[in-house]
Formats: sequence, structure tokens, C-alpha cells
Amino acid sequence: MSVDELERKQAAKGPVGLGGMGWLRWTWRTLTSMKTALILLFLFALASVPGSLVPQRGVDPDKVAQLYENDPTLAEWYDRFQLFDVFTSVWFAAIYLLLFTSLIGCIIPRTSTYLRELRRRPPAAPRNLSRLPHSAAFSGDLTVEEAARRLRRRRFRVDTGDGWVSAEKGYLRETGNLVFHISLLGLLVAVGFGSLYGYRGNVLVVEGDGFANTVAAYDRFIPGSQVSAESLEPFAFQLTDFQATYQVEGEKKGQELDYSAFLRVNDAPGAAERPYELKVNEPLEINGTQTYLIGHGYAPVFRVTDGKGEVAYEGPVPCLIEDKPTYTSGCVVKAPDAQPQQLGFLLRFLPTSVPLVDGSYASAFPGAIQPEVQVLGAFSGDLGMRSGKPQSVYELAPPEAMSKLTPLLMGTAVPKPLAVGQSVDLPQGAGKLEFTGVKEWITLQIAYDPGRVPALVFAALATVSIALSLTIRRRRVWVRVKDGTVEVGGLTRTEGSAAGFAEEFDDIVKVLSAGDKDAR
Amino acid sequence: MPAEQLAEVSDLFVVGAILLYLFSMIAFAAELAFGRVRADAPAVPARRPVAVGAGADAAPDEPVEAPPGDVEPPAWAAKAGVAGLALGWVGWAANLAAILTRGLAVERWPWGNMYEFVVALCFAAVTAFLVTQVRYNVRFLGSFVMIAAAVGLGAAARLLYTSAGPVVPALDSYWVAIHVSAAVLASGLFVVGAASGGLYLVRGDGPSRLPSRADLERVAHRAIVVAFPLWTFAVITGALWADKAWGRYWGWDPKEVWSFITWVAYAAYLHARATGGWRGRPATIIQLVAFACLMFNLIGVNIFLSGLHSYADL
Ligand code: HEM
Repeated sequence: MSVDELERKQAAKGPVGLGGMGWLRWTWRTLTSMKTALILLFLFALASVPGSLVPQRGVDPDKVAQLYENDPTLAEWYDRFQLFDVFTSVWFAAIYLLLFTSLIGCIIPRTSTYLRELRRRPPAAPRNLSRLPHSAAFSGDLTVEEAARRLRRRRFRVDTGDGWVSAEKGYLRETGNLVFHISLLGLLVAVGFGSLYGYRGNVLVVEGDGFANTVAAYDRFIPGSQVSAESLEPFAFQLTDFQATYQVEGEKKGQELDYSAFLRVNDAPGAAERPYELKVNEPLEINGTQTYLIGHGYAPVFRVTDGKGEVAYEGPVPCLIEDKPTYTSGCVVKAPDAQPQQLGFLLRFLPTSVPLVDGSYASAFPGAIQPEVQVLGAFSGDLGMRSGKPQSVYELAPPEAMSKLTPLLMGTAVPKPLAVGQSVDLPQGAGKLEFTGVKEWITLQIAYDPGRVPALVFAALATVSIALSLTIRRRRVWVRVKDGTVEVGGLTRTEGSAAGFAEEFDDIVKVLSAGDKDAR
Repeated sequence: MPAEQLAEVSDLFVVGAILLYLFSMIAFAAELAFGRVRADAPAVPARRPVAVGAGADAAPDEPVEAPPGDVEPPAWAAKAGVAGLALGWVGWAANLAAILTRGLAVERWPWGNMYEFVVALCFAAVTAFLVTQVRYNVRFLGSFVMIAAAVGLGAAARLLYTSAGPVVPALDSYWVAIHVSAAVLASGLFVVGAASGGLYLVRGDGPSRLPSRADLERVAHRAIVVAFPLWTFAVITGALWADKAWGRYWGWDPKEVWSFITWVAYAAYLHARATGGWRGRPATIIQLVAFACLMFNLIGVNIFLSGLHSYADL
């Protein structure tokens, strides 16, 4: 049964009554009609468009924040229509839920029709085979049984009657179509399940440091609504080393070629430690939880000595990359324990420092060949860290505290960048900053998504079934035997596939007309 | 041969392919302009009633010649078509050689940036056309596919050119081979579908040098029917790769959004073909809109929208 026929049959079930049931039936029928499906598909595609034009919170939160800053009124309006969260918005959900309801309404009647058809025998031969789109006649003493046998050999489903054979093939087409649409439903369910029971988080780890998979250890943690803190896989690892290689010559000089993070992994508390080399495209998997290497950068190591000669800070400071091709990075060192006053530094890290003709310095290469640190500013005063408000590690102080700091060193006061082992003394005996070494940091994404394997299975199923559905044609062949003449007729029930069928039909006629002995 | 020389050879092959495609286009156009005029009538005058519920039935396959009385086309017209085909194949070989030498020069799969991707896409479109031509007579599409390929290669060489070199680590994966190849192949077929669909809209009702509308629509449908599962596969392998590289299989990155839109739009086309009253012109328009989405994803997204896809670096 073609779609149109099915719809006509549904529509012919009688006029819509005006009662509640009638309206319900009418709504359901309209919703599940092919035209509605078509319109909903359109809306589905159209509704996705703003998701690529307007920055999305889930993809690029920084851009959203930027928009709020540049044009607050527009951003308000965007937010009112959930345009920053298109794919989790109410209206987007409305469209796909309608579409999938329509889909269910489509699948159910088609499946039952299909099951009935599977059990039904091929229809009896029409009276006049020569009027079919494909027909042939030859004389021979082919029997009905022999014709049926030969057609069965060609994997036709066959029915015989008095002097005729009816055969049909290509049921997989409809199977494919149904399985495809059901797989789409399955895919939706799998994705939904994954987003409820899965989580995702990001964390930055410096060489030498470790990570244990607990909610508190993440810099950013995005759990599904059904995730509890106990459900996190209890693994841990330590970053022992990080290595990156870069193109050293030619036009693409400085481009990253490859990088690896060397981990020592504990799959569970108390389990034996094992080494693992984490690379891009090669995540670490522990019981379905995946750890991905997303990015990397430099964490120069500093020692800050305060005015009283005590070490007020010592350790690596992760720097933000300011210029990706050269890994020129900006760093902030804070020493809130410094006495008599807190100390803070704004620094720039140059992995491969080279002097320029104008006397300034710049990084010429992303690898740490000649690592140096420029002191952009040193400050004393209250860094505003005791206010209890969360603070960015990439910002020296909140704006209101920043203006109250006392500058100790600014800009050109330290003309030459510091190399490893060098230090700069602060004026008036306020203290000292030493650059003692270079470490690297990595950013990781850790994700658990219980829906990803089912989603893959359904997606694969959808691909295979759509290929079946689109390439297989449904075809019927009839044979009529009468007084030593054999008439053969055939047609395809799939639009546009007649070209290929002509050849197949010729083949079938050949097989049927061949002598018994060499018939295959 | 050292890598730089190989890369130069590759660039030369691209130039050669552009020229050959242009010559081929001219030859095809000559055949189209002076060839036989055909009526827009189905081969079987009227569909004969069939006793059994035949549903949507077979339509004619061979284009129909115009009724006698028309002027015979000059004999060289058909020859021009054959010449166009030969030139097309030589151009195809040059395009293939360009891709191979580029691959050898960079020692990786040669579709790691926009330039390489577009060169591969033109190759796929021409391949789709030439391979279809082996079985069905679709020479009428020749000049359109060839001009598209020549313009595509020209734009790649002039605007998108990237010198041979390594790619960023995220792109250095066997998924490039699987995912991008499928995307390129599907896109090539979609180009053939769109060329045929465009002609469908242009062709009037009367006699024309173009094949009948039914034939044009059938060619388009054929191409899309093969391309759609391939595109589905490409999207899914893209998700698999994203799962490996970025820690999520689907994140609504602009490139992902537009491949999804393209996929839904082509699904809408297939549905329209199965919906009464939407066959023909409306379905063809949907198909062309879907194609526009495909092209926007290829070019527009890289230029106007930023995302994780490293292709976006022009
Ligand atoms: C998620 C949305 C959907 C997608 C991506 C989708 C995709 C497709 C594709 C690619 C085909 C072509 C396969 C073929 O021709 O055999 C198809 C066919 C079909 N779809 Fe859908 N579909 C969707 C939703 C629906 C809905 C909601 C309905 C019902 C109202 C529906 C009913 C059908 C029917 C009846 C066919 C068979 C057409 C024919 O016999 O040629 N689909 N679908």
C-alpha cells in the first residue's frame, strides 16, 4: 500500500463527528498525516538555524557573556526567546515532540499493515499480462510448478493457482523504512537518557598534580538531572609529564604536530597504578567514563618572597594563552599571605623569547626553547580575596579592589624579561619575585554518557535501514501458462525504479524460458 | 620527489583539471545547443490501467525524441558530446592526480583544510556525473556539472589556497578518511541532483533540447537516493569522531547544526516525493533548498560562523 492509499483509507473512515472523540480523531489524523510530517520536518530544520547564528550557552558561554556586555537589550530579548539555548528550548522541544508523535502515529498503522502484508500471499495474476509495464511471451512446456520453483530460486515469494504463478519480492524495502523510523525514535530516547543520567566536566591539571574524579575536583561540572555525587566513577590519576611537538620550519612553522599527556592512572581506590599516554583523539576510558585531552598551555613556576623575607608563594601558575601561534601567555601571581602587605604580579610568559629591533621582546615559537617572563606590573595592597566572592585565578583582583592597589613596578621598570633562575627585587624592600622553572598544564574534558552506545547502535541501524529502504524495489512478476505458451508480466511498485527492473525482468524471462536442463 | 615539488605538481594538476573541465563544458554546451529537440511527453503515451493495485508505477526511462518534422541536428553535435565526455574523463584524471600528489606531498589524507576539501568535492561531483553517465544517458548534465567543478576548483585555487603542510593533531586521525570521504562523496552526488533539479525548474513544458521533466526529476531523485544514506553515514561518523576528539558526540557546533539541517531538508524532500500534491515542482524546490543548506555548510559556516571544526581556518 502506498502512502497515499493509506491516507485515503484513513480519511475514508467516515466524516468527523462534532463530538469530543471526533475532534480527537481529527487531530490525531491530521497530526499523523504525511503533509504534517513534512511541515514539521521543515520547522525542525528552520528552528535549528538560530542555533548556529546566535551564540549558544552550551557551546560558547564566553560569546554569550560578550553579547550581554555589548548589547544588553538585544541579549535580553534573545534570552526571552531562549535563543541562547535553542536546542534545549521549549519551542524546539515542542517541534520535535510533535514530530516524533507524528512519527509514532505513522509507524503504528504502517507496521500493522506491513505485518498483514507479510502474511498475505502475492496477489493473483491479472487477466491480461501483456498490458503490464513489462511483459513477454514465449512458447514452451514450462509447468506452473517449474516456473514457481525457478522464481523461488530467485528469492521471490510465490503463490500458484490454476495455470498461473504470482511472485513478489522486495519486502525489505518496507522493513527498512519502518526500522529506519523506529531507529530515529530509539536515537531520540538514547540521547535523552544520556542527558539525564550523564555528566560532563572540565578540569585543568598542571604537571606533577593529580585529579580524583569527584564533583569538587572539577573547574566546571555539568551534571544531568539524575546524576548524584556518588555516581561518579572513583578513578584518579596524576599528570607526570606533558610533551608537545611543533613544526619547526616552513610556512606552517609553529603549528602543533602532536601532543601527549603521560598519566599514572588508578582505576579505583587501591587499584594498581598504570601508566597511560593520553592523546588527542585517544581518550582514556574507565568503565564508560571518558577523559579527553582538550588543550594545553604553560604554567611557569614562581617564588615570591615578601618584605619580611618569608616565602609567601611558591608554585606553578597556569597562564592563559593570548596568542595561539606563539603561545604567548598572560599570567597572574597572587601572594595573599605576603607581609606586611599582599603582593600581586601581572606577567607575560614568552615560550621562545627573542628581542625585537625596537628593544621589546616577543615569543617566536610555541615550544619552550628560551622561556622568559616579562613583568608587566607588581602591586601591593588588598587583593580583595577575603571578600568571600569567588575570584578568577586569571585576574589579579576584582575591579573595585584593583584601583586601590599600589603599583610597585610598572611597564618599563623591568626592561629585560626574566629567564629561568632570574629574579626581580621590588622597590622599598617590599619583596622579590623569582622565576624558577616551567611546567605545562592540560585541560581535560571528562564525560560520562550512558546513552552514547545505544545512540550509536540506533544511528547505525538507521543508516543501514535507510540504505535498504532506498535501494530495494518492490516488484511483482506473474506467469500464465496456457496451451504451450507462457506469458510473463511484471511491474515495480516503487516509483522511479523501472530502469533497473527492465534488466531484471529480461533476466527472469530468460531463466523461465531456458530449457529445463540448463535452467539455473 | 621531494614534498615541495610534489605539492607544485599537484597545483599544476589542479590548473590542468580546470582547463579540461572548461573545454569539456564547452563541448557539452555545444551538444546541448545544437542537439536534438525532445518533447516533454512520457514515452508511454498514457498509463494503461493495471488490474492490480500497482500504486506508483514505472515511468518511462528513455528520453523521447521529438515527433518527425523537426530539423535534423548537425552530425557534429553528437560528436561534441562525446568529445565533452572524453575531455571530462581526462580532467577527472588530472583532478585525481592533483589529489594523489597532494596526499603524497603532505603524507596524510589530502582533505585536511578547505582548499583540499573543495578540490576533493569537485572531484566527487565529476565522478558522480561520469559514473552515472556510464549507465544512464545524462550527458545533458555535463556542461552544468563541469562548469560547477571548474568554478569550484578555480575558487579553491584563487581564494582558499593553503600551502601543503601538516594538520593540527585533532585532524590527524583515520576518521578523516572515513568521515570526510563519505561527506565528499555524498556532496558530489547532491551536486548532480541539484544540477538536474535546477534544469527541471528551467525547462518549459514544450519541446526542448533538455530531456523531459520526468527524466530530469528521475535523475535528481536517483542521485539523492544514493547520496542520502551516504550523508547519514557521514554525519554519524562525524559524531563518532567528535566523540573521540572532543568528548561528546553531538554538541550543536555550527557545522553540526548545518549538517543536521541539510539532513532534515533532504529527508523533507524524500517525504515530499511520497506526498500527494508535492511531487514535481515543490519537491524540486525543497531539494534545491536542501542543496543550498549543504553549500552553506561547506562554505558559509567556515566563513561566517566559528566553531570547533578546524576546517574553519581558511
Ligand atoms: C524525524 C523525522 C523523520 C525523518 C528524518 C524521516 C526520514 C525519512 C526518509 C529519509 C524517508 C525515505 C525513505 C523511503 O522513501 O523509503 C522517509 C520515508 C517515509 N517517512 Fe519519514 N522521516 C521522519 C518522520 C516521519 C513522520 C513523522 C512520518 C509520518 C507522518 C513519516 C512517514 C514516512 C513514510 C510514510 C515514508 C515512506 C515514503 C515512501 O513510501 O516512499 N516519516 N522518511
